[in-house]
Amino acid sequence: MYSYSEFDDAFLRERVAQFRAQVGRRIDGSLTEEEFRPLRLMNGLYLQLHAYMLRVAIPYGTLSATQMRQLAMIADRWDKGYGHFTTRQNIQFNWPQLRDVPDMLQALADVGMHAIQTSGNTIRNVTADHFAGAAADEIEDPRPVAELLRQWSTDHPEFQFLPRKFKIAITGAPNDRAVTRAHDIGLRMVRNDRGEPGFEVIVGGGLGRTPMIGQTIRDFLPKAELLPYLEAILSAYNLMGRRDNKYKARIKITVFENGLDAFKGEVDDTYARLRPGFSGFDQEMLSEIAGHFAPPVFRVAPTDGYDAARRADPVFRSWTDTNLAAHKADGYAIVSISLKKQGATPGDATSDQMRVMADLAERYGHDELRISHEQNVILPHVHKSDLPAIYAALLGADLATANIGLISDIIACPGMDYCSLATARSIPIAQDIATRFDELGLEQAIGPLKIKISGCINACGHHHVGHIGILGLDRAGVENYQITLGGDHTETAAIGEKTGPGFAADAIVPAIERLVTGYLDLRAGPDETFLETYRRLGAAPFKAMLYDTEASDAA
Amino acid sequence: MSRAYIPKVVTANHLIAGDSVWLTADDRWSPVMTEAELIDDEAHAAIRLLFAQHQKAVVVGAYLADARMGTHGPEPVHFREAFRTRGPSNYPHGKQADIRNV
Ligand code: SF4
Repeated sequence: MYSYSEFDDAFLRERVAQFRAQVGRRIDGSLTEEEFRPLRLMNGLYLQLHAYMLRVAIPYGTLSATQMRQLAMIADRWDKGYGHFTTRQNIQFNWPQLRDVPDMLQALADVGMHAIQTSGNTIRNVTADHFAGAAADEIEDPRPVAELLRQWSTDHPEFQFLPRKFKIAITGAPNDRAVTRAHDIGLRMVRNDRGEPGFEVIVGGGLGRTPMIGQTIRDFLPKAELLPYLEAILSAYNLMGRRDNKYKARIKITVFENGLDAFKGEVDDTYARLRPGFSGFDQEMLSEIAGHFAPPVFRVAPTDGYDAARRADPVFRSWTDTNLAAHKADGYAIVSISLKKQGATPGDATSDQMRVMADLAERYGHDELRISHEQNVILPHVHKSDLPAIYAALLGADLATANIGLISDIIACPGMDYCSLATARSIPIAQDIATRFDELGLEQAIGPLKIKISGCINACGHHHVGHIGILGLDRAGVENYQITLGGDHTETAAIGEKTGPGFAADAIVPAIERLVTGYLDLRAGPDETFLETYRRLGAAPFKAMLYDTEASDAA
Repeated sequence: MSRAYIPKVVTANHLIAGDSVWLTADDRWSPVMTEAELIDDEAHAAIRLLFAQHQKAVVVGAYLADARMGTHGPEPVHFREAFRTRGPSNYPHGKQADIRNV
């Protein structure tokens, strides 16, 4: 795993010291809020509805056990004993006091973590496939490239004042688990005709007010050209991007308004100019970094105990059926730990749970943890013979929910329970939907289904790419929920379609229930997923389920 | 004629703790909305807001929020302001807990 160099370490300590002085000057009144606000945002500190919120980057979603334990310590010492994992693979602390934040940042720096560039019009935390380095379907671990991008973009002098924030996602596998088509730049590893790995470069995707699926600007970019090419995209955007209107400032609008060809022309010109400046130093850095991401030494051991436990315990079997993914090494599995217990807050983990997960990673998981954009925690490298013991430990920590990819594995942003930008709440809607389908006992029968909920048009809850998306709005002073259907966050990405008028808070769960039970009646067989049925039949029957019933109820 | 003025309170977040606070008639910042000064005159509201905005070492982001008189004092009109008087709905944190513990 990548560990910070002395340079990184000194840099972080200096930044903490600077911020400590700035907080001191804010508290003694020598800095006004107008002066202080950009400084605190640069350090990931927001002022939310009820309190400050500290957003900490978890680069490409990778954590060690020591780092996870430190997050638990921070949660206990300066917050309320829990943390919230977000769709951008960050963790947020919801209750810090201003005067404690420098100490929190210091504690983070002690384990090589920080909150830099989690805000502002800069290149944000680079997100990656949460199964990176482990997945059976992977071409190469994308994290060395992600780390190179992190080093390149952190404090990059040219890119501190971009027209708008900038998000990059990367995956090393053809199955896209990193939502690359909904990012400013998405990088998807592919092979060319000669079998060499490189990247499909996708540009101009994004959710929010104007959702767009990214377009492919290069089908195949050799790995060695990645950094100069990305620098060219950023430079072109920095010049062409609009600064007159915040809502038209993201690269998706730049690409859309100029057209992909014109934008690509600008990128290619810039690239021709920049390329000679990259003498290969970036490639030396990359190979140095790659050494830190060498795969662990996988052991060869029998898995009979695992097979026997599966036969003996149907509950364990059900968990393994739902929460495991295929690993590239024989006898190994990728474990997804659900932070979506029915009725709980999606993405929240208590400090005790964090410590249990850290212990499991250390004892059984080669000291690696991942945070998924779906707000779950992953143990990427687990030998199957250890699964019964892991499951038992998870059960004891209330972390053994078997629902990965199912209807209660809901993405929900903090919404108006925390976020000052929200137009409605999202957490209680997620809690109610999960609880309802648990009561109905239908979760397993429904099969794969992604519900994603955002508390405002900014779409942090990815609602546009949910099979069922829910957007919370304020309609004349009342919370109202708009439904979209048919969204897809994978390599076959699609933006969901609005169904029609929204639903009041007390009508949204019944509406979702009508949709889902209606789907069960319509599907061609138990193997046809909700999304497949929707694609086969189109929106009409689903709209009828939503609105005809309402009309007849009202009649 | 302009429409009737909707009464206001001045509210903000506390600089250190970050929690919601309301401006009282005697120039304090209270963590309890019912103690706020309910303002039903537009010109007076503007003056009170200016006063609040100058308290830079105490509060952040002062603004006027719609309110109405309730049994114990001013109450919120909009649900966002109602949440600010209580805290989040998923845990008993924030004001709903702090005030119980007072
Ligand atoms: S989608 Fe809106 S409400 Fe939800 S976290 Fe993002 S900004 Fe806040």
